[in-house]
Amino acid sequence: MNALSRRGLLKGAGALVVSFSMSRAFAQEGEVAGGAPKEAVPELPGALAQSPFLDSWIRIEADGSIKVFTGKAELGQGVKTAILQVAAEELEVEPRAIEMITADTGQTPNEGYTAGSQSMPNSATAVRNAAAQARALLIGQAAGRWSLDPATLRAENGSVIAPNGETLSYGALVSSTLLHVEAQPQSPLKAPDQLRQIGQSMQRIDIPGKVTGGEAYVQDMRMTGMVHARVVRPPSYGAQLQAVDTAGVDAMPGVVGVVRDGDFLAVVADKEFRAIKAMRMLAKAAQWSESETLPDSSALPDFLRQLPREDGTVASEGTPVPSAHTYEASFTRPYQAHGSIGPSCAVALWEDERMTVWSHTQGVYPDQKAIGEMLELGPDRLRVVHREGSGCYGHNGADDAAADAALIAQRFPGRPVRVQWMREQEHGWEPLGPAMVTQVRAGIDASGQISEWNYELWSNTHSTRPGPAGALLAGRHSAKRFAPEEPELEITKSGNGDRNSVPLYVSPSKQVVWHFLKDMPLRVSALRGLGAYANVFSIESTMDELALLAKTDPVAFRLKHLEDLRAKAVVEEAATRFGWSNEPLPQNTGRGFGFARYKNFAAYCAIALEAEIDPISGRVQVKRVVSAIDSGQAVNPDGIRNQTEGGILQSLSWTLFEAVPFDRTRVTGIDWSTYPILRFSGVPASVEVHVIDRPGEPFLGSGEAAQGPMAGAIANAIRHATGLRLTDLPFSRERVRAALMQAAGTELTQNG
Amino acid sequence: MRFGRIFLGLTVLVLIAVGGFVAYAWKSEIPAQEAQLQIDPALRARGEQLAAIGNCVTCHTAPGGKPFAGGLALNTPFGTIHSTNITPDRNSGIGTWSEAAFGRSMREGVDREGNHLYPAFPYDHFTLVSDEDNRALYAYLMSLPAVDAPTPGNSLPFPINHRMLVAGWKMLFFRPGAYQPDAAHDAAWNQGKYLAEGLGHCGACHTPRNALGAEIAEQHWDGAELEGWHAYAINEKSPAPVPWDKEKLAFYLANGFQQIRGVSRGTMAPVTTNLGVAAPEDVSALAAYVADRMGTPSPERIAKGEQALAKAGETSEATPASAAPTADSQAIPSSASARGQAIYQSACASCHESGRALPHGGLNFHLSTAVNAPSPQNIINVSLYGLPAPEGEGGPIMPGFAGALDAGQLTDLIAYLREEFSDQPAWPDLSTRVEDTISGKTRVPLYRSDGTAASPTDSSVRTTPWL
Amino acid sequence: MAVTLRVNGKEQSVETEPDTPLLYVLRDDLALNGAKYGCGLGQCGACTVLVDDKPVLSCLTPLMLLEGRSITTVEGLGTVGKPGPMQQAFIEEQAAQCGYCIPGMMMRAEALVRRNPDAGDTEIRDALEANLCRCGTHSRILKAVARARDLKRGGGA
Repeated sequence: MNALSRRGLLKGAGALVVSFSMSRAFAQEGEVAGGAPKEAVPELPGALAQSPFLDSWIRIEADGSIKVFTGKAELGQGVKTAILQVAAEELEVEPRAIEMITADTGQTPNEGYTAGSQSMPNSATAVRNAAAQARALLIGQAAGRWSLDPATLRAENGSVIAPNGETLSYGALVSSTLLHVEAQPQSPLKAPDQLRQIGQSMQRIDIPGKVTGGEAYVQDMRMTGMVHARVVRPPSYGAQLQAVDTAGVDAMPGVVGVVRDGDFLAVVADKEFRAIKAMRMLAKAAQWSESETLPDSSALPDFLRQLPREDGTVASEGTPVPSAHTYEASFTRPYQAHGSIGPSCAVALWEDERMTVWSHTQGVYPDQKAIGEMLELGPDRLRVVHREGSGCYGHNGADDAAADAALIAQRFPGRPVRVQWMREQEHGWEPLGPAMVTQVRAGIDASGQISEWNYELWSNTHSTRPGPAGALLAGRHSAKRFAPEEPELEITKSGNGDRNSVPLYVSPSKQVVWHFLKDMPLRVSALRGLGAYANVFSIESTMDELALLAKTDPVAFRLKHLEDLRAKAVVEEAATRFGWSNEPLPQNTGRGFGFARYKNFAAYCAIALEAEIDPISGRVQVKRVVSAIDSGQAVNPDGIRNQTEGGILQSLSWTLFEAVPFDRTRVTGIDWSTYPILRFSGVPASVEVHVIDRPGEPFLGSGEAAQGPMAGAIANAIRHATGLRLTDLPFSRERVRAALMQAAGTELTQNG
Repeated sequence: MRFGRIFLGLTVLVLIAVGGFVAYAWKSEIPAQEAQLQIDPALRARGEQLAAIGNCVTCHTAPGGKPFAGGLALNTPFGTIHSTNITPDRNSGIGTWSEAAFGRSMREGVDREGNHLYPAFPYDHFTLVSDEDNRALYAYLMSLPAVDAPTPGNSLPFPINHRMLVAGWKMLFFRPGAYQPDAAHDAAWNQGKYLAEGLGHCGACHTPRNALGAEIAEQHWDGAELEGWHAYAINEKSPAPVPWDKEKLAFYLANGFQQIRGVSRGTMAPVTTNLGVAAPEDVSALAAYVADRMGTPSPERIAKGEQALAKAGETSEATPASAAPTADSQAIPSSASARGQAIYQSACASCHESGRALPHGGLNFHLSTAVNAPSPQNIINVSLYGLPAPEGEGGPIMPGFAGALDAGQLTDLIAYLREEFSDQPAWPDLSTRVEDTISGKTRVPLYRSDGTAASPTDSSVRTTPWL
Repeated sequence: MAVTLRVNGKEQSVETEPDTPLLYVLRDDLALNGAKYGCGLGQCGACTVLVDDKPVLSCLTPLMLLEGRSITTVEGLGTVGKPGPMQQAFIEEQAAQCGYCIPGMMMRAEALVRRNPDAGDTEIRDALEANLCRCGTHSRILKAVARARDLKRGGGA
C-alpha cells in the first residue's frame, strides 16, 4: 500500500481541474440530450472525475461524526445502503457511525441523474476512493503527530492505532482543511481479502423505518403551515384551457386560492381532502378544447415505421459470410408506463425570495436548472432536495410535480405547498416508455455459426429529461409556454433507444441502424432499461430461432457465440442452477432462456425459466425463474438479488400484461383498471437469483440488467411450449389465444 | 291372516314397481373406446365455440387445477358434488368414451358405464343439444390435453348418495330429446332458443327450483337464487330499469358490460367471459331469443326507463355530492335513511356519479338492476366484496367494503339506495340477508370481473374475498 | 364535527368533515405515515389498514363510518426499536424495494394471520391479490408473510 501524505496529495492535485460544471454531470447517462462524456477527468475513478474534492464526498467533524455525501438518490434500489457499506469499509468505521446525505443541491456533489444503473460505478466508486484517500490522510496526520512511519499504523473503528496500541480518533486528527483537497488518481483501496463490509448482505438501512411508519417519503413531509395543492391537468396532451369560472371553488371551505397560469390550473386548500374536493369542482368548471393528436393505436407499428426519421448507424462491422439459413422477423413493443404505486408528490416553500423544493426526482441539479429557468431563479435562489418517493424506474412525474409545487408555492410566500398527483394524473401524464419496432435479419452458416446480423430499430428518444424548462409540464402549460426541446439523434456508448441493440454474440458482421423518430405524439422518456428491453427481447428471440435452425440447444448456441468468459459464466450458472436440459416437459409447458450484458459494459444477467400456457384462455403462467448475475464486485449481494428479482417480476408484468391504451385524443390507461399490471396470482412459485461475485473488479450497475433477458426468456418459453414465435409485446391472453387459434387454423390448411 | 295377505299383495306390487323402475333406470355400459380418434379441426373449432356457450370450463375446472380436468366442489342444497374430469385422459377423464357415450351423457345424463349422473350436470338442458353439436363438442374435448386428475368423491347424505335415486328424479322431472324447432318462428329465433334452453342452460340459474332441485316450468326464467347470487328474471319480469333489446343484450353477453345497464359479475361473470369467444352469430341468436322472451316493453316501462336515464344523466352532470359539502355533511345524521344517504354520498358517489364510462366507471344507481331487483342479495354481495380485478387485463374493479361497513351501516346504505334509486318497495328481508351474508351463513362464491380482453379467463384462477 | 376512534389502541377525537376518508385523517390529522395514497379508487391496496381486525381501504372509508371503532395501522404493529412479528419478518426477509406498498401489504397480511393463524401459501397469495407492488418484491413479500405467520405462532420457521 502506498503511504500518502497530504503533501503528496496536494502535489498530485495540482494537475486536476476543479469543476462542478453542469455539463459534465449531465453528460454521463447517454440518455440525456447533450451527449457523451466530454469534460470528465479520466484519471479519477467514478464520479470523482466530476467532483474531485474529497470533502465533496466525506466530511468528518471534530466530534468524530462522519457524513458521507452522494449526489445519487435512493429510489428504492438500496443504493444508500450500498454506498454506506463502501464508505464504512474504506473509512474503517461501523456503518452506523456514518450519516448518509443524498442528492441535495445545497449539500451534495452534482451527479446528474440517478439513472442508467450508474450509481455504483460512479458514486460508490467515487465514495470508495475518496474514503480510502481520507483514511490515508488521517493515518498521515497521526503519523505526523506520533512521528511514526504511516506504514506501521492502521485504522480501526474510527481511530488510527499505533503499533504500541496508542490510538487517535478521527475527530482528534481531522482539521477543517484536511479533506478539502482534490483526489488522486490512485487510492489505497483495501485488498479484496481484507474486506469486511463490501460483499456482505447488510440489511438495508431504510427498511425498518418503512415498515414501522417512519417518515420515509416526500409524501410524508409535514411542515408547519403546510397547505395542500391539487393540479387540474388538461384532459389530453393537446388540450387548451378555454375558460374557467373559479367562483364556486373559491367559496369552498378551506380553499386558500386557485392558480391559473396559461393552461396550468391548480387549487390550494388548508386540508388535503378539501383540496381534492376543490380540484373535482375546478375540473368540472374548466372548459378545454381538445384535438386529435394521437395515432391509431391499433396500427401503431405501421405508424412508427412511416414517421419521418433520421438514421443513425449504431454498428457497421465486418462482412457477412454466406448464410445457410436466415431468420427474419419484426418485433414490437407498445408504450408502457412506469406506474409507481405512489403518484408523484413534491413540497415547495417560497420564502425570502428563495425557493426550496423537496422532490423524489432522479436529478436535483437538472431540476434546479429547469425549474430555475421556468421561474427565472438562479441556483443561488433555488435549492432542490431529494426526498424518497414511491418506486422510481426512470423519468416519471417526479420532476413535473416538483415544478408544479414550485410554480404554485411562488404565489403563496411563506407557506409550504404540498402537491400530490392523483392516480389518473400519474398514469395520464407521466412520460411513457416509447413504443418501438425492430427488424432483424440474421443467418447461420453451414456449420451452425452466426453468419450475419442485420438489425434496425424505430424509436423515439428515450430521454426527454429536464434541463430545459420545456421538459416540465408546468413549464409547457404555464403562460410562458416553454417548448420541449427538439430531440436529437446521438449514438453513444451506453445507448438510448439503441441501448443493447448490438448483440454481444460473435458474428462476422453486425449492421445496426437506429431510425430515430423525432415526432413524439405521446409523451415519452426513460423507462428502466430504455431501448435495451425491446432490443434484447428481439435479439434473444432471434437467438433461439437461429439455434433451432442450427439444431442446437439454445444455451449451447449462446455459449458458442460468446467470447467474454464472464458472459459465459453467467449463462452456465443460470443453466446449471435451473437444471437446463432437453428432458420433455408436460404439454403446454416450455423452457426459455435469455441473456444480455446490460449496455454491453454493465452487469451480465442470464435468466432461465419455465412457463405454462393455458391453451383455452391463452394465459401464460411463469412457474419458476432462475437467474445469474455478475455485477462485478458485489457490494451487497442481497441488494443485487433484490433488484434483480424486482427486475424479473417487473419485466414479467410488462411482457405479459402491459400496453398503454389511448384513443385519437386521450391516453385512456389512467388507472389499474385500464392499465393492469402483475398481481400475486401471476407471480412464479419461485424466483432465484444467483450472484457471481467478482472481488477486485469494478462495480457494475445491476438495476436494469434483467428487463431484456426476462422478456426474451418468456418469449422463448412460449415458443418451446407451443411452437409459436410471438413478436408483439405484450403477450396478453387475448394475443396468445389468437396466435394459438391461428396456428391451429394453419395446421388445418396444411393438413387439408 | 287378512292382514298378511294384504301385506303380501303390497309387497308384490312394490316388487313389480321396483322391477319396472330398475328396468327403466338400468343403463347399459358402452364399451371403452380403443384408440384416439382422428379429430377434424373444423369440427374441433366449432366445438370450442360451443363449449364457450355451455360455460363448460367454469364448472369443470378446480381452483389451481387444469382446465376441464374437473374437481370443482359444487355446493348444492343436497350436499357437495365434484365436477368430473372431461379431458381425454383414459384413466380419470373421458378418454375411453366413444362419441356415442358422450352423446348419451348429454342426451340422457348417464355416464359411459351406465351410471346416472346428478343433475348438477344440467342434462335437463343439454338433452336438447343436437347430435351434430355433440359431435363438435366431443371433438373439442378430445383435442384437449389429457390430464390425469381423479375426481374427488362426493359428499352426499343417504339416500341421495345412491345414484339409482337419480333415475327416480329423472322419471319425475326429466324429458330427454333433442330440440325440436318451432315452425312458427324463423331459424334465427330457433337457434337462439336452442342455445338458450339447451347448451346455454340459462334456466339452470335463472329459473327457480322446487324442493327436489328441479326447475319449475311455470316459473321459467322468473329469476332465482343460486350459489349466493340472485339471477335476475330474464323474461317479461326483468327488473332492469331500462328495458333490454337484442343488440344491447348481444353486446352485454359478448363483452360483460353494457353502458347503461351495468357489468356482469358473480356467477354471470364467467358466462360472459366465455361468451366473448363464442361465435358472434350464436351470441346474437341467444340475445335475440332472450329479448323476445322479455317481450316488447310497455309504454310505461319505456317511459320509466327514460326517466331513469334522465335522472342518471342529471346526477352525472351535477357536481358529485361529495365535492360540495353541505351543512348535512357536518354531522352524522340520526335517521336511517339520512345515514344511508350520507354513506352513499361519501363512500359511493365519487365513483358511481363520476360519469366515467363503463366498464371502468361505477354505474349510476338509477340504472341499476340490482337496486330494482326483488332480492337485495347481489347488491349486498357487491357492497361487501366488490368486483375483484380481472387477472392481467383491463376491466372493472370495485373494492369491497366488508371491513368498513358494519351490518347496520350496510343495511342503512342499501335501504337508502332502494328508496332513492328505485320505485320498488323496501326489501323486507334486507337486514336478515345482510347479517347472514356477513356471518357467512350465506355463502358467496366470488368471480373475477369479466375483463376487456377477448379471451376467457383461466377458470383455474379463482378468487376469494379480498379480505 | 368530532368523531372518536381508537387508533392503535389510543382514543382519538378527530374534528373534521365526516365524509373525509380515513386515509387523510390518519396521515394529516394524526400524523401517521403508514397508510399510503396510491390510487384513491380502491384498486391498489396501498392505503390498507385494519378496522376491527378486518382490512379496509382507508382511501375510500369515510370517517363517519368509524365512530367508536378500532383502527390499526402499521405503526400499531411495533416500532423500529421493538418491531412486531410482521415487521420483523419483513425486515429479516428484506422484503421491500421502494417500500411504498409494503405497509398496505403488511396490514392485509396481518388481517389474514389474525383470521387464520395457519394460513398456507395459497391463502397468503390469495389474500394479497388485492394489493399491487410495482417494484417486483412479490416473492419476498410472500416469504415475509409466511415468516410472520410462523413468528406469530411462536415457532421459528
